[in-house]
Amino acid sequence: MAGKTLYDKLWNSHLVKERSDGSALIYIDRQLLHEVTSPQAFEGLRIAGRKPWRLDTNLATPDHNVPTTDRSEGIEGIVDPVSRIQVQTLDDNCDEFGITEFKMADERQGIVHVIGPEQGATLPGMTVVCGDSHTSTHGAFGALAHGIGTSEVEHVLATQTLVQKKMKNMLVRVNGSVGPGITGKDIVLAIIGKIGTAGGTGYAIEFGGEAIQELSMEGRMTVCNMAIEAGARIGVIAVDQTTIDYVEGRPYAPKGENWDLAVAAWQDLKSDDDAVFDNIVELTAADIEPQVTWGTSPEMVLPISDNVPNPENADNATQKEGISRALAYMGLKADMPIKDIKLDRVFIGSCTNSRIEDLRAAAAVAKGHKVAATLKQALIVPGSGLVKAQAEKEGLDKIFIEAGMEWREPGCSMCLAMNADKLGQGEHCASTSNRNFEGRQGFGGRTHLVSPAMAAAAAIAGHFVDVRSFVDTASEGVA
Amino acid sequence: MKQFNELNGKVAPLDRANVDTDMIIPKQFLKSIKRTGFGKNLFDELRYLDEGQPDQDCSERPLNETFVLNQPRYAGSSILIARENFGCGSSREHAPWALDDYGFRCVIAPSFADIFFNNCFKNGLLPIVLTEDQVASVFEQVESNEDYTLKISLENQTVTTPVGEIFTFEVDDFRKHCLLNGLDDIGVTLEDEEAIRVYERKRETEAPWLF
Ligand code: SF4
Repeated sequence: MAGKTLYDKLWNSHLVKERSDGSALIYIDRQLLHEVTSPQAFEGLRIAGRKPWRLDTNLATPDHNVPTTDRSEGIEGIVDPVSRIQVQTLDDNCDEFGITEFKMADERQGIVHVIGPEQGATLPGMTVVCGDSHTSTHGAFGALAHGIGTSEVEHVLATQTLVQKKMKNMLVRVNGSVGPGITGKDIVLAIIGKIGTAGGTGYAIEFGGEAIQELSMEGRMTVCNMAIEAGARIGVIAVDQTTIDYVEGRPYAPKGENWDLAVAAWQDLKSDDDAVFDNIVELTAADIEPQVTWGTSPEMVLPISDNVPNPENADNATQKEGISRALAYMGLKADMPIKDIKLDRVFIGSCTNSRIEDLRAAAAVAKGHKVAATLKQALIVPGSGLVKAQAEKEGLDKIFIEAGMEWREPGCSMCLAMNADKLGQGEHCASTSNRNFEGRQGFGGRTHLVSPAMAAAAAIAGHFVDVRSFVDTASEGVA
Repeated sequence: MKQFNELNGKVAPLDRANVDTDMIIPKQFLKSIKRTGFGKNLFDELRYLDEGQPDQDCSERPLNETFVLNQPRYAGSSILIARENFGCGSSREHAPWALDDYGFRCVIAPSFADIFFNNCFKNGLLPIVLTEDQVASVFEQVESNEDYTLKISLENQTVTTPVGEIFTFEVDDFRKHCLLNGLDDIGVTLEDEEAIRVYERKRETEAPWLF
């Protein structure tokens, strides 16, 4: 019999029941909740007179709507009434049902996908769900994690299970080591550039190969975070010593005898050598350069050394039309060097890149420099209150502030512009987030996805630069 | 979810085809964090003369007296009858929520939009397809008889008029089972409650750190 993939193993160990129509009931170990997709789920419970099945599996925090500026007025200080009501409702629901919540004033508050791993609430071998598509992030821990809709949030609250159909298996193997200055973000953007935004549709993607194994947990989370941008609801990475070292000692991680039992069980959380994948894609790590998206979809991505595409060179009419439309929206000229794209704002944050390592990488570039005079704003938004505190302990906040950047409170912020942080019409932004769709960061805004180091370098130059040569010429204090 | 078995209810005739979800509940009300309370804004644009806003006191608003739901003779109706392609438009569940919150338990039409039809069953509302002729005859009878009621039996899949005329309708067995027993998706899963508990007990011995 053929071996099993990591995804197969996770699926099998959570299977409660197979149904006659080919779907299955899957047990859920952890649900993360936030203010946008939970209110109607809680109300549904209330109307039906149901109670959460297992309270301790749920963890909540507000993130999408919270202000990243002064929070001294608390919820009352949220200007937009819809945002304010959503945050207040999450607090009320968690209080009423007895669910643990890191409220806005709690130092542990932050983006759901940052706080889960940070607290050890995301563990290897778990099933993790959240009403947010970037739940794939947690797959970095060898967990089965994906986003769900509001009615499924209610279903998980009430039954601790989900009705699911099994995905096919895809392996994306990144062979060899990446060069200096290349991050998880560059790797995942290169993967999406290769397989496209629909390349992973219907699959659970396992990321493997030396370049993935050599990534820190932060880097792995960045890669899995964007599996959804490649069309796959699920991204997973095998558990190894890096995973175990990261988890050990975190507040929600197992302790004592349970820790030993868990670590022993986690050794099996990798695909068997003879596992069969429905599809295998390979990349050579050494070929990956710093990546920049030029268009309105994450697959419209190129190495920093390249030029913006010319619709005339497209393979077919549909592609030509797509390039032309994207160039028009982005206000770019065909064939212009990516390096010549000028920026109005820079955003370093989001569940893709707002962890301590991301901030360290950005600070290493920013140290001793000033943002370009042409830049309107450079926002640094840590992923959680604890990331913020750690960064301040290391003095990163001072580096950013001295460089002329803004140091903010944790939340989703300009990733989706649900709070007050937004792009103006026509503005170009170097952003460490995950979606460059039209209007994502504000009506008419133009998003370019990059790594934190590339974003910091762009903030200083006022246009895109290759962070690798930037490090050479401006090496003062760079780690 | 509410069970549905027998219903003996007053009928409100909405003489329109292609009633879309925007008409049922206009989009300014979708920002709500609730799934109840939409009843007062059901058919908002048809019902009131001004433009409705969320969180507004509707008792002060100018009514469109000619609209069917504003006519005293149709007050307290629990059955809505309309023309073909009822519920077309978006997939939002706010439409059945609004109908339910207003007090309707059943909608009769010659045809329905697919997603709306499904969403009704998920929310304890029974959508019934009758033929064009049957619908036309009910419209005639409702309009000429005050306090007109229909008797609906889901068990027998019949609609009985006050004069004893009986129309039968189709309903999928699984959906009928769910509605008769008040089972929404969660209710269906909870029929497997024991299987979930068995899994939990086994899992707890294998992976105690998760419990
Ligand atoms: S940071 Fe952006 S992508 Fe991540 S959860 Fe928040 S809004 Fe979604």
